[in-house]
Amino acid sequence: MTAVAESLQLQLTPPVRYLLRWADTCLIHAQRLSEWCGHGPVLEEDIALSNMALDLIGQARGLLTRAAELEGQGFDEDQMAFLREEPDYFNLTLVEQPMRRSSAHSPGGDFADTVVRNLLLATWLKLAWQRLSSSADAELAAIAAKALKEARYHQQHAADWAVRLGDGTAESQRRMQAALDKAWPYVGELFAADEVDAAAAAAGLGPSRAELREPWRAEVQAVLDEATLALPAEVPFVATGSQGRHSEHMGFILAEMQSLQRRYPGGTW
Amino acid sequence: MVIPPAAPSAPPPQGGAAGGPAKPVPRRPLGQREQTAWAVLQQVPDPEVPVLSVCDLGIVREVKALDAGVEVVLTPTYSGCPATEVIAQSVHDALAAAGFGPVTVSTRRAPAWTTDWISAEGRRKLRDYGIAPPSGSAAVDDGPRPVAIRIHARGVDCPRCGSAQTERLSAFGSTACKALYRCLSCREPFEHFKPI
Repeated sequence: MTAVAESLQLQLTPPVRYLLRWADTCLIHAQRLSEWCGHGPVLEEDIALSNMALDLIGQARGLLTRAAELEGQGFDEDQMAFLREEPDYFNLTLVEQPMRRSSAHSPGGDFADTVVRNLLLATWLKLAWQRLSSSADAELAAIAAKALKEARYHQQHAADWAVRLGDGTAESQRRMQAALDKAWPYVGELFAADEVDAAAAAAGLGPSRAELREPWRAEVQAVLDEATLALPAEVPFVATGSQGRHSEHMGFILAEMQSLQRRYPGGTW
Repeated sequence: MVIPPAAPSAPPPQGGAAGGPAKPVPRRPLGQREQTAWAVLQQVPDPEVPVLSVCDLGIVREVKALDAGVEVVLTPTYSGCPATEVIAQSVHDALAAAGFGPVTVSTRRAPAWTTDWISAEGRRKLRDYGIAPPSGSAAVDDGPRPVAIRIHARGVDCPRCGSAQTERLSAFGSTACKALYRCLSCREPFEHFKPI
């Protein structure tokens, strides 16, 4: 019988959790974006979405490696990416929501859902990278300084599409607004600071998520104004993916991502 | 383009740029073996834009001759560039084949690579190859203002006919480092090495 990889038993200190939140958000967002590979509405966009997914995977690799170093048991980026149990992933709930493909619990979405999610996240990540690039942790600062350059392009690209489709036909505008309204309940978590954020801010590791709220709102509002779309009203719901409590969709993503490394531990390309 | 001060053992102008000016370090003369190693690296192509050597691309930060062997420090171009491992391997293989003994290739993330580090020679080679070199400086002021919105970015000259009448078709091209453009004068599509 073939061996089955055991899950990692991690020492989840606040700094490790803090790094894993950024790492896992990049990783799972990239996984969702990669579902477009070979299915883009036009060839250029297929390539653009794959390129952005690649950037995000690269960012996640650096962050997972650094998180593993801080964790201290000598795990590598692949073990961190593929051998954790669901409660040990700390990505935003927004990124695990079905985006293009249908799943057991969702009919899947259209291109507007992808444009909206990219706009909300690229803006958030860009603002985070700006602040993380002056982290007291030199490795994290270096990863962020590189990622910032990439996130600017991602944000610009999403903003271009948001304007083109929002300020487009009645149908494209309707779909964009519907996509925004659908994503909105998950936005509260982007700024839901807790004790992990407080510890990171106090140690100079990086910003508290609460810091990102106002600049994020200003940048997203400017794009939505141009796109003739309305920022939805705030909702009280705060999702808990970054606490390790995920939506029903997370397990399906992990099953797909992990199956190979679980079945063939240490398998390489 | 402002040429920042050189890194300790690097003959081509490098260092500084996006991460602020490089620390002033006293230049030390290159040893014979280091000079030879740089010459070898001048012949190692980038796998995705083979007209450029890894030196033209500005990713070789340092070459150090050790008592036994040589150490090369590389800075990756993009976080997710699939060529990163291939480049490290090619650098290793080229130096090993040139008889440098044990070759160590390490990665330095900071300061982050910028297209400002592509050499003048590299820019000329890109243009001759049909790829518009990165326009202007990659330095960006994020400032407090919201994002500027531009559907069709302009300001890139056609590498074939030299016309400034060009438009961007897509911000992302066949590799992470390039965007897709077309020339409105000669009507040819072309790639642009994105300033980053």
